[in-house]
Parts: sequence; structure tokens; C-alpha cells
Amino acid sequence: MRLHAYKSVHYIYGLLIIFGSWQLLAVMTDSPIWLSPWDILMHLYETFHSTIAVHALYSLRRTVLGISLSLAIGVPLGVLTGYFKKMDRLFSPMLYFSYPIPKMALLPVVMLLFGLGEATKVIMIFLIIFFPIVVNIRDEVKNIPGEVYEPMYSLGAKPLQVINEIILPGIVPAILTSLRIGIGTAISILFFTENFGTVYGMGYFIMDAWMRVNYMQMYSGIVVLSILGLICFIMIDCLEVFICRWKSLR
Amino acid sequence: MIHIEDLSVCYQGKDGPITAIENINLNISQGEICAVIGPSGGGKSTLLKVLAGIIKGYRGRVLIDGRKVDPKTHRIGFIPQNDGLIKWRTVEQNIRLSAKIKDGRKHIDRNYYLELIKRLNIQGMKERYPNQLSGGERQRVSLARVFLLKPHLLLMDESFSALDAITREEVRRVFLDVWKAHRVTTVFVTHDINEAIFLGEKVVVLSAAPGKVVNMMHNPLFGKSCSFTTGDYAELNRKLRKMLRGDQNHAASCI
Repeated sequence: MRLHAYKSVHYIYGLLIIFGSWQLLAVMTDSPIWLSPWDILMHLYETFHSTIAVHALYSLRRTVLGISLSLAIGVPLGVLTGYFKKMDRLFSPMLYFSYPIPKMALLPVVMLLFGLGEATKVIMIFLIIFFPIVVNIRDEVKNIPGEVYEPMYSLGAKPLQVINEIILPGIVPAILTSLRIGIGTAISILFFTENFGTVYGMGYFIMDAWMRVNYMQMYSGIVVLSILGLICFIMIDCLEVFICRWKSLR
Repeated sequence: MIHIEDLSVCYQGKDGPITAIENINLNISQGEICAVIGPSGGGKSTLLKVLAGIIKGYRGRVLIDGRKVDPKTHRIGFIPQNDGLIKWRTVEQNIRLSAKIKDGRKHIDRNYYLELIKRLNIQGMKERYPNQLSGGERQRVSLARVFLLKPHLLLMDESFSALDAITREEVRRVFLDVWKAHRVTTVFVTHDINEAIFLGEKVVVLSAAPGKVVNMMHNPLFGKSCSFTTGDYAELNRKLRKMLRGDQNHAASCI
């Protein structure tokens, strides 16, 4: 496997630049708002297990559920609309109509329908990342050249065979891209939705720390969210190297 | 045997119906290799897609061994213009896929498979992906994919046209070698007169759109690799060129 092709050193450079600039800013301003990243990391190290871990796990669970639900419905719908013209004609107008609606505006409606519990947070993630997933997968399926299908049609291939043998393995990179987009967006949405009807989650943790003027905890929460995203992105990149070897080989 | 009778294909264009091919009558014997040449847009690819069962909306009759063409019941191997290999599958997966689709099983005739890839000289490429292969290698893989099916009918749509001259000659020779070992009834479309003379036992000349059969001839120079330098070759080449050019002039005068 070509995991060595994965340029982990670039991530280290990136982190060093961000933390270096941040440290410099903290030293230069000497303000209680700009805390030293080193102090934050030390605080994180000391309090993660006792205070932050439970919030991080709640957020992670909501993110995984929201993304899984979006993929479970979005990928099949994207494949069907991309492959079958009739499905495209039926669903694309509905997609284009619903896609531009700002989903955050639907939060009160979702809360009225599903209450203040976990379901609302998961459904909000689903509502926001479902549409880009469907459009991305649909377009990827449409981009598969016709000449790939023709030899299969001449063999009498059934649509299910075409989907299983050609389309699904071919859209794995698009699914991974959707995952990347989904993770970034889901974490942003969580921050907002976790401020309603819960006392668990990184969104709640950060806002609660801010209101208590505990900037050390607030920054720790932000760093945890960032690390959570980074780990997910690295995992997806590694997965792509393993699953989509054909993309990196020349 | 392939029997085509009064075949016409129309499709809906922007400005109304367009006739791609019109009243084509053609018989191709069992184990015969037939070259179809003609100007661009003359319906050559349409003819192949009808034979492949991909285009189903046509007038006339198209029979393979006395039965209406049907991809589900006939074994039809089809190589499209750009080899049609799937870039996210390895060479071995690409080769095996056709047999898997057709027969619904993963296991294949191993001995036949090994003999085929040896004959096509692609033994060392099984784990590679199509984007790691040269144009000639990709064509040899696509040939392995269709021959593994043991097809009743093999169709090739300008399959070698994207190759450079030297590779094209090499792939033609490899193809002919494998074809002679299996003698599959074959129809191939080309715009290369040399290719038609070298690979076509029968050469069919189609007109410009709507495609009609202008001429059909038995080719005495089929498979003769040194024939490019002979007088007979020059004569046949000139004759085919004249038919094609004559047809284009006719098309131009119609405009």
C-alpha cells in the first residue's frame, strides 16, 4: 500500500505555522482574550478526560449519525438520479427547489416536529449535508463516460449489475469528497444546534465557557473541535489512498 | 450468421427526425470478419450499436443465427472507440467483468484465461490499472475482455483509431492472431482503408448520412501483412478511396 505517499509532514508544518502565529499574537497582545496555545494545550491535557471528553463524544455521535443518515439516503438517490433519466427529471427540480432554502431557518420547525432532543440535532445535520451529497453523487455518475457502459449493455447487463459493478466502485472518491464536505459542515451546524435543549456537546461546552468568561475552557473546546475535524479528514485521506489506488497510480 | 434486412434507424434531432442509416441489407457468414468503412457521420457506429442490441428502436430485421438480436440471449462482445476499460478496476478485474456479467459467476475457465492473456502478452499487467497502461496495452486488455466471453459476435467501433501507426499495426497483428485461433464472427468499423484491407475478409462501404451500402466486396488481401507494397493492394486501396470520395462528392453536390 502506498501510505507513504500520504504527506503527513505537511500537516505538521501547517499545525506549526498556526500555533506559531497564535503564540506570537498571544505574546504580542498580552490580552486575556488571546491565550497562549501552549497553555491551552496543557489545560486540555489536564482536563480532557474529566471535563471535555463526554462533550466531544456527544458531538461525535451526533456527527456520525447525521452523516450516516445523509449518506444512507443521499448516495442511493444520487446514483438513481444520475443513472436513470426519468428519476433525474423527477427529482432534480425538487432538489434545486429545496437546496437553496437556508436550513438553519428550519430549526424552529424541526424543533417543533422532533422536540429538543437528539433527533433535532441529527436531522439538522442531515438537512444541511444531504443536498450537496445528492448533487455531488448525481454529477459524478453522469460523468462516467457512455463507452464504459456500452460493452456491458451488449452483454445484457441489468441496471442493478451496472450499478454494483461499475457505478458504485467508480463513485467512491465522490462519496469521500461528500464525507469531507459533510464533516466540515456538520461540525459547524452542531455548534449552533447544541446550544438548544442540551447540556452535552462541544457547542454547549464552548458557549457555556464563554458565558462564564472562562476563556481557557472556551479555547480548549475550539481546539478539540478542530482536532476532531482534522482526525476525520486524515482518516478519509488514508481511506482514499487504500480504496482508490487507481487515482494515485500513474 | 448475421442477417440484416432493410435496416433503418431514425432518431430525434433538434430540427426533427434524422435518419442515421437507411435500408441496409447485409449478410455476414459464421466466422467471417467484416470491415465497415464510410465517411464520418455515416451511421457506422449506429449500425454496430444495433448489432450490439444497444439501440433497440429500428425498422427492419436484424438476426443473429436466425433469432432477433438480443444481448440477453446472444453473447456479444463490444469494444467501443476508446477501449471502454473501467479505470477504477485492475486489468484482471476488467477482463473478468464481462464473463461475470454474462454468466453471473466469478469463476472462469482458468486455462482459457491464461492462454488468452499469454497470447495477448498481458500476463505481467494483471494488477495494474488502465491508466498505467499504454494505448496498445489497453487495446490488448479490451481484446482479452471480449475473447474471454467466447462471443457469438464481436463488434469493434474504430477500436484502434486512437493508436499511433506503429502500435496500431502491432495490435492489428495481435488481434488477427487471436481471431484466427477462435474465428469469431466479427464486424468492425473503421475509417482507415489500410485497416479495412488488412483485417476485413469482407469490406462494406457505407455512404454519408443517411448511411446506405454503397458497395460490398470480398477482400482477397485479407490478413496479408506484406500486401501494402503490392500492386493488388494499391489497386484495391484506390478503388475503395474512389468509392468513399465519390460518395463524399455526391454528398457535397447534394448540399
